[in-house]
Amino acid sequence: MLFYLIRRCLYAIPIALSVGLVCFMLVHIAPGDPINAIVPADAPQELVEQIRKDYGLDRPLPVQFGIWLAKVSIGDLGTSLATGRSVWSDLSVAIGNTLRLALTAALIGFVLGSVLGALAGSFQGTFIDKIAVGLAVAGVSVPHYWLGMVLVVIFSVQLPWLPAMGAGPGGSADWAWDWEHIQHLILPAVTLSVIPMGIVTRTVRGIVAEILNQEFVQTLRGKGLTGRGVFWHVVKNAAPNTIAVMGLQLGYLMGGSILVETVFSWPGTGLLLNNAIFQRDLPVLQATILVLAMFFVALNLLVDLVQTALDPRIRRG
Amino acid sequence: MADGIARTAAAAELAVQAREAARKSQGYWAGVWKRLRRDPVTIACALILIAMLLAIVFAHLIAPHDPYQGSMLRRLRPVGTPNHLLGTDELGRDMLTRLLYGGRLSWFMGITPVVLAFLIGTLFGVLAGYVGGAVNMLIMRTTDVFYAFPSVLLAIAISGALGAGTINAILSLTLVFIPPVIRVAESVTTGVRGLDFVEAARASGAGPLTIIRVHILGNVLGPIFVYATSLISVSMILASGLSFLGLGVTPPEPEWGLMLNTLRTAIYINPLVAMLPGACIFATSICFNLLSDGLRQAMDVRA
Repeated sequence: MLFYLIRRCLYAIPIALSVGLVCFMLVHIAPGDPINAIVPADAPQELVEQIRKDYGLDRPLPVQFGIWLAKVSIGDLGTSLATGRSVWSDLSVAIGNTLRLALTAALIGFVLGSVLGALAGSFQGTFIDKIAVGLAVAGVSVPHYWLGMVLVVIFSVQLPWLPAMGAGPGGSADWAWDWEHIQHLILPAVTLSVIPMGIVTRTVRGIVAEILNQEFVQTLRGKGLTGRGVFWHVVKNAAPNTIAVMGLQLGYLMGGSILVETVFSWPGTGLLLNNAIFQRDLPVLQATILVLAMFFVALNLLVDLVQTALDPRIRRG
Repeated sequence: MADGIARTAAAAELAVQAREAARKSQGYWAGVWKRLRRDPVTIACALILIAMLLAIVFAHLIAPHDPYQGSMLRRLRPVGTPNHLLGTDELGRDMLTRLLYGGRLSWFMGITPVVLAFLIGTLFGVLAGYVGGAVNMLIMRTTDVFYAFPSVLLAIAISGALGAGTINAILSLTLVFIPPVIRVAESVTTGVRGLDFVEAARASGAGPLTIIRVHILGNVLGPIFVYATSLISVSMILASGLSFLGLGVTPPEPEWGLMLNTLRTAIYINPLVAMLPGACIFATSICFNLLSDGLRQAMDVRA
């Protein structure tokens, strides 16, 4: 067990390095010379060469990768080409906003998904089951950027209840847990929550149905245990796999919120990425993807460790 | 002479085996069809998808207007306007016409990456599963790297780096879907490789290519195919999402995601018209999802 934990942690290192390599290469698969994103097209040749040297773009690619990696590992993500500020200063604010959105969406999606899934799994084939399964399929099939627009039409345009855009009154960047701010969070969070809701519903339904069919549940029932007693046994057995699915979903929410953030102009990593793409601000693009992917790698690791710790039956070789 | 008889006997034996196999596989597909027929949801989804496919393929015959020709005088007409059944868009172009034509690109961009990923992923997955050893290690560890990215992020990152365009969007989605297909292909191949009939085929002198073609592919294509159909729904949502962000199809080409984007400002004037392209994506995606679920059950695949 301990051996597995150590090996799993060590395995995350080459993965993290490869992820870094992919992020680094992103800039270099871009068509054209990366220098074109920095200097205007009509700049004199000497200036272009000077800047190429300053940015280290005249060195061989492996050397450039080494230098970039060394800088990233001490937290230097470079400077934005568009704003001239350090990438980290914009990125750290954006990550906070995206985390807030993703965690709220995860909370809504996980709670709804667990309840619907548990109900559907316990009452298989009934009306309740059909509704839960229908909602789950709709949740994973809906283009969430469209759902966001529908919610805006209903709750911001037709019924002026909730704001359609931004993360706070007057476009302020500071967050506070008061109604002024929370009302901005509701629509994007609900929009983002439908995918984890659908996936968690399906997963929990499958797991609960399978557990209820197992012999030990029959034994528990035979021993006279009812309702709540059986429920706790089911929860204990369903938890490891459910938590694994939830952990991955949280990662997908962090990386997948770009479309929803664009619809609601939510000032998170997605909006930052979107702007970086259209301004061809390659350092910001690179850094944002790197940080989100590293978060996902860490989350994957954590999920594996938690799952192993919770479920002693999993003997991983 | 004796040799001739032996050969005839062997041929007869083979013929019997072949007929047996054909009868069995016929039985399997008959069973699949029988289960499908009893599943009204799957049949309904298949029929809706076929109707949609026909409508977008024959868009040039049934569309009432020109998809590019607009009129500043007829902008954002509501649903039900005479001569414009589904209203007009922000440039006065007929919505019904543009939805019909738009489906062509949306379907093409949604399905092509899955088909490509199915072909390439199966190739590498079967190779990794069948050969094993260092080849398996190399292929599977490479897919692990791509698993370290959330799929939406990876698609947007690659598209963003490559720049806008239909081909780039298809390319990036293909790259996103190859690793999961490889994983499924590898795991089913590894499962089949060790079974007795593969061992028997090898012992009777069948070469690796024959074994892969006849014994491995015959048994693994079903599960991989079912898995690939489940990707179509995600692929369509992502492909239209890329266009919605401005990373896919470029104007004035009609495409559902792009139409949704250009109509965003119209939600204050004519919300119903602005919602139509998204409703089309939703309908297509949910039908593909339910169809894939139905196929999985009918083909009795656990993947």
